[in-house]
Amino acid sequence: MRVSSPLQRCSQSLFPPSLIAALLLVISVVLSCSQPASALPAFARKYGLRCSACHESWPMLNYFGQKFKDNGYQLMNDRDSPIWQNPSYWPVTFRITPIWHRVSTNQNVDTYSTVNGVSTITGTAIERITSSGFDLSGLDFHTGGTLNKNVSFYVLPSSDPTGAFHFEQVFGRLDNVLNSPWLNIKLGRFELDNLLSEKRILTLTGNGGIYQTYHFIPQGDGNIFGQIGDNQFGLEYMGHSADDRTRISASLLSSNDGNVNLSLGSNSYTGFFTGSQAFDAGRLGVQRLGFYAMAGEAATYYRTLGGIPIPGSGIDNKGFSREGFVGQFYLGQHFDLQVVTQHGSDNPWFGQGYGNAVATDGNGGTTCVGQPGTNGCPPDNTPGTTLPAGARSPTWNGATFEAHYIYSPQLIFIGRYELERVSQQATVGTASDLGNIDNYVIGFRYNPFMTSRAGFAYHSEFNVLKQNGTGPVNPATGLPTNLTVSELLLGMDFDF
Amino acid sequence: MEEEITMGKILGKWSLWLGVTAFFALPLASWAQLTMQDLKAKLNTEAHVGNLTGHAKDGANAYRRYCVGCHGDLGDGNGENADWMEPPLYPKPRNFQLGIFKCRSTPSGTLPLDSDLFDSIGRGFDRSMMPPWNTLTKQEKVDLVAWVKHFSPRWANEKSGDPIKIGPEPEVTAERIKAGRDVFARVQCWKCHGVVGQANGPSASTLTDDLGRPIAPFNFTEGARPKCGSSDADIYRIFMTGLDGTPMPSYADNIKPDEGWDLVFYLRTLMSQNSKEKEMAKQLNLKPVDPNAPAGQQ
Repeated sequence: MRVSSPLQRCSQSLFPPSLIAALLLVISVVLSCSQPASALPAFARKYGLRCSACHESWPMLNYFGQKFKDNGYQLMNDRDSPIWQNPSYWPVTFRITPIWHRVSTNQNVDTYSTVNGVSTITGTAIERITSSGFDLSGLDFHTGGTLNKNVSFYVLPSSDPTGAFHFEQVFGRLDNVLNSPWLNIKLGRFELDNLLSEKRILTLTGNGGIYQTYHFIPQGDGNIFGQIGDNQFGLEYMGHSADDRTRISASLLSSNDGNVNLSLGSNSYTGFFTGSQAFDAGRLGVQRLGFYAMAGEAATYYRTLGGIPIPGSGIDNKGFSREGFVGQFYLGQHFDLQVVTQHGSDNPWFGQGYGNAVATDGNGGTTCVGQPGTNGCPPDNTPGTTLPAGARSPTWNGATFEAHYIYSPQLIFIGRYELERVSQQATVGTASDLGNIDNYVIGFRYNPFMTSRAGFAYHSEFNVLKQNGTGPVNPATGLPTNLTVSELLLGMDFDF
Repeated sequence: MEEEITMGKILGKWSLWLGVTAFFALPLASWAQLTMQDLKAKLNTEAHVGNLTGHAKDGANAYRRYCVGCHGDLGDGNGENADWMEPPLYPKPRNFQLGIFKCRSTPSGTLPLDSDLFDSIGRGFDRSMMPPWNTLTKQEKVDLVAWVKHFSPRWANEKSGDPIKIGPEPEVTAERIKAGRDVFARVQCWKCHGVVGQANGPSASTLTDDLGRPIAPFNFTEGARPKCGSSDADIYRIFMTGLDGTPMPSYADNIKPDEGWDLVFYLRTLMSQNSKEKEMAKQLNLKPVDPNAPAGQQ
């Protein structure tokens, strides 16, 4: 009697050999032919490049991505015009970030005493208030690309977390005019030509999600027009070398901080200028040094009717300036340091709070209702107004240092330190360090997968902001204390 | 008791072994020519351009960041986007494992110089998804060249070809332009590129590359850059070396060096960009080649 092998026994008793053979064949074919899954965001869908080709870690651009942007969202491969695309191609990407958020800040709170079950307010104290919970970022709909070869556009309707939309960015651009990369013209509402882009910042919290250096003004200053981190209305000339090593730009902007409907100012303009040069430093990578300068005027007096400022009627322009250096330093494949410095100066009128008498919030709304100078509304420089004694131009210096450790294109660690120092307060006798800021941010973003179709990142960050003299009032002394705010944010950042 | 041997049992046993063999063999075969293990063994591959030395292992990160979506992890041109590129409108990504490259300064059939691959990375290829990667540092590019080389076993067994010699460019004259038109007719460039260079010759629609994919001839009239460079010397080099893997052969045996420059000058007259040659052709009232004209009687 022959003893069948275990395999024979198995095959005889359960499955015929031909069935096992067929099964193995199917498995082998499936294993041989399997492909990665796919999906498509806008530019990646058009060009088939992975996010990492243009982004250090999305949304922050690398040098290639910067060149792609400078070329008007074109690879310059003679396939940029939409006429080469499948007619169903629609260049839209959305981005949103569900998060868990924790915010902790020192505040004045009421204190109580309870007598016979009745609570009465006895005064105030300083306490730390901590809130946490699940939350949502706003929703961005990015649409951009080319309308024709060398004619590009961008439209970005953006919402706050409640779904109220505004146009964050809208522009048309003539690219490579006369077939020269040195001649590009943009018109609309756009981000200024900041190499360290706030709109592509890698952190998302209230204080960590902006660059303090791009928005800083001294305490009491009413100039909202010099914020280089905000998108602005204007006309931009931009030129660059074919390899983007040399870049220059000049913009003429309305001094309205990107507000619509000519609600602010009138006939007041600001110039913004940048230039930079990159150098090939061998194994270290490409190093870039540059500068920026902003000089402008903005209204301090709005004509009134019944004492209420008339939007768009601003006159009595006063000057302001911002200037600084930018450095992008790479130390091999894994580490880079981005540096931005700023020296800022405002006219004494701005230093005393004049500038935004219509109290516009930047998105078509207002920040307060009432007569200028009351209820926290900005004052208006009506005829006969004089500056208080001791008023002078506020000046300040600031710097942002942001370092990245790029473990791989899928994992980036972020560290940032910002300091803002007032060098001359707007009023003689004011504490010299009032309003000074120190901001610390750390975080990481991990992309568990990388394709040319969609972006997804586990996002984690923590920041602490300290500002001198702007915190709660000490009940004992009656003097303001320092403000300290810390934020922790964990989320899933995705776009498609 | 003797077990009865039937045809069905014999077939069943053999089919089982066939299945087991297929289970192991098919996936191996599907991994193209190379596996990750093979590639790891080649990480010491180097590239040399000028005084720069590139190392394959140093190019891995840049390849993963910029190239892998099209060329694939294994360099076989099967990145996630390859499926979506439909030739001839969008040529498929290059399969580096084959070690066959269009843009070379070396004779047809030979491996290119490292500097050829270096230039290709920086220049990119018009009318394809390959952009100019000219924002990379020279070191990054030469490291990428080494990484590209490590995909193909050809570099382990062969040396790059010797670059073809290109003599000094002569002065352009009306006679040379007319002579170039004769060369254009004689070697039948018009069969693919068309009589006025519009890529509409009688063979144009039938062309395929070595892998059987449709491929379009270069259209001289639409203002695009030639794939392997735009200078006169680049154009000369293209038809003297041929574009390996495509139907564009080398004409080194059919066109004498001096005639090569004549052809370059004539090709300039077909291009949409303004040029001295184009102006001279206009003054000459130069007519396109006549495919039906007897040899030597254009």
